[in-house]
Amino acid sequence: MSELKVKTMEAFMAEGKQPEILFWVGSAGSFDDRAKKISRAFVKLLNKANVDFAVLGTEESCTGDVAKRAGNEFLFQMQAMMNIEVLNGYEIKRIVTCDPHSFNTIKNEYPELGGNYEILHHTQYLKELMDAGRLQIEGETFKGKRITFHDPCYLGRANSVFEAPRQALEKTNATLVEMKRHKRTALCCGAGGAQMFKEPEKGDMDINVMRTQDALETNPDIIATGCPYCNTMMTDGIKAHEKEDKVTVLDVAELLANS
Amino acid sequence: MTYLPNVLFAVVLIAAIGYFAKNVGRLRRNINLGKDVDVSDNRKERWQNMVRIALGQSKMVVRPVAGLLHIIVYVGFIIINIEVLEIIIDGLLGTHRVFAPLGAAYDFLIGSFEILAFLVIVSVVAFWIRRNVIKLRRFLKPEMKGWPKKDGNLILYIELVLMLLFLTMNAADYQLQQLGAEHYTKAGAFPVSQFMAQLMEGMSISSLVILERAAWWLHIVGILFFLNYLYFSKHLHILLAFPNTFYGRVTPKGKFKNLEAVTAEVKLMLDPNADPFAAPAEDAAEPDKFGASDVRDLNWVQLLNAYTCTECGRCTDECPANQTGKKLSPRKIMMDTRDRLEEVGKNMDQDKGEFKDDGKQLLDDYITREELWACTTCNACVEACPVSIDPLSIIMDMRQYLVMEQSAAPTELNNMMSNIENNGAPWPYNQMDRLNWVNE
Repeated sequence: MSELKVKTMEAFMAEGKQPEILFWVGSAGSFDDRAKKISRAFVKLLNKANVDFAVLGTEESCTGDVAKRAGNEFLFQMQAMMNIEVLNGYEIKRIVTCDPHSFNTIKNEYPELGGNYEILHHTQYLKELMDAGRLQIEGETFKGKRITFHDPCYLGRANSVFEAPRQALEKTNATLVEMKRHKRTALCCGAGGAQMFKEPEKGDMDINVMRTQDALETNPDIIATGCPYCNTMMTDGIKAHEKEDKVTVLDVAELLANS
Repeated sequence: MTYLPNVLFAVVLIAAIGYFAKNVGRLRRNINLGKDVDVSDNRKERWQNMVRIALGQSKMVVRPVAGLLHIIVYVGFIIINIEVLEIIIDGLLGTHRVFAPLGAAYDFLIGSFEILAFLVIVSVVAFWIRRNVIKLRRFLKPEMKGWPKKDGNLILYIELVLMLLFLTMNAADYQLQQLGAEHYTKAGAFPVSQFMAQLMEGMSISSLVILERAAWWLHIVGILFFLNYLYFSKHLHILLAFPNTFYGRVTPKGKFKNLEAVTAEVKLMLDPNADPFAAPAEDAAEPDKFGASDVRDLNWVQLLNAYTCTECGRCTDECPANQTGKKLSPRKIMMDTRDRLEEVGKNMDQDKGEFKDDGKQLLDDYITREELWACTTCNACVEACPVSIDPLSIIMDMRQYLVMEQSAAPTELNNMMSNIENNGAPWPYNQMDRLNWVNE
């Protein structure tokens, strides 16, 4: 079923060409079953828009972001510098990623270590493609559906990207509804700061269940996310609320790819 | 004899300012126990932040009720202090209402002070009700038990008493002016205190003079007491909010600092030409301790943050961990940091500036590991703070200490990290399978 066209940087190099953009898939996008679907949806859109893009493939490695948030600065910088060596070796200028954590660390923490690139979150890049007329969305599938967007902390609060995902979602012709806490005051999904990889501390509720409650209060058909980790947390939250029959959790790329 | 009040006033004033200056010295010394950090960048943006956030109260109004009440007290505090200038000059020179020759402008000033004083009283009462009757969730957290709660109320009482004294002083003055008492020139407008003056009708000039003088003295002594109370209170924010917003973060919130000491070592490890067996140079400096286990491992801006915190609890109120019942409270992180810093400072005062090991540290003795590991690094606390405090940076520095100095991360995180070390992903998948998603 592989109808996706994905070329590695190595192949571009062999042809002596440079891609328009490098797609940083990230560890979740490469290995997590749910997130792989997001990677595939995003590539489907890139193919549709005839974007000449590359991936690093087996030369890509964890950005080190999660190690840094866990407190392991050594491991982070090892990972960062190895990645920077690969990226600089290929003279990469422009990167796009579906993961706000990769987006944040490459944008803010790689430059001091010698990695200077223009990096975009996939919602920003998709908006750019649609604005340029390169990507057309029919906007039929989700017409009239209620969609609420959950701001990823590392895209929104951390880097003040609030509008791109919303503007991209508008193209689906769905009705966008905002949660009470959104944009700067959006509640975390509970996965950040390496929480994704550990059990939560003792408390009286899980954060993702609380955040899903916020979303359910908007009475949505779909919860839109822009982060593979948020996606997992919100999906689990929906299950905790036993609403999986009524509400689906989809990435902005998946929504556009199926519009 | 006639100079006795002037001399007494000068003595009180000098003593109060002297003691305050001494505590400011302590404050500076303690803040400077923090590590150096370069904040010489983005001067323009820093000034703008200070003007917008501290002077302009831009983040206070995110919560409109508390924000509005706070602005009234804040504006009242600043503007009524013009009156304090007159009081000090009068006190030193033995004059009475020395600015009175300003005429209509003076009437306007005194009139506005009175209206502000009245509004401050209303706001202070509203604040007290919020703290003690409505019992807002954020004022009831465990870290607010004991002194922090008392401190919050004491500040309100002091402000209330000061405003009442100010108005009593004016009311008696107004009444004396009406009676044509000697020394009490007709000056000022008294839109609020004239109503209080009605209660003083029938009082003799001599009793009115005693009342006016008593209120005048108690008011200025109260202000000097309040000035000296600041160092011991969360109320220090009225001064430190300004430098704190200036030195606050000017980079995206997602940007965490990269440890330079680590960069040097990692570069060496990745350098193919480096001699792996080379002995460290003789004069090599002691390697830096990674992360923070005590206050002196933090930088001075973080310590300034701790003294600036006024324990409003907006950070804790927005914290996802705290909202879901975890022990972490960003406000407590700041309060603990200040308490420990004060303890270290007192320790040094006892021994001519030398710190004697007291077997305690910020980690474990104040902030538990459970609190540190509950953080999602979501920056909600940083966003919520009305005076640009960054509790997250302290949490991160302490996590670094736990992981890099003590290898004390939770087991699941250790597994995640060894996965990254071994196969370049937080899960145990082979790096060679990184592109398999394309064909699945």
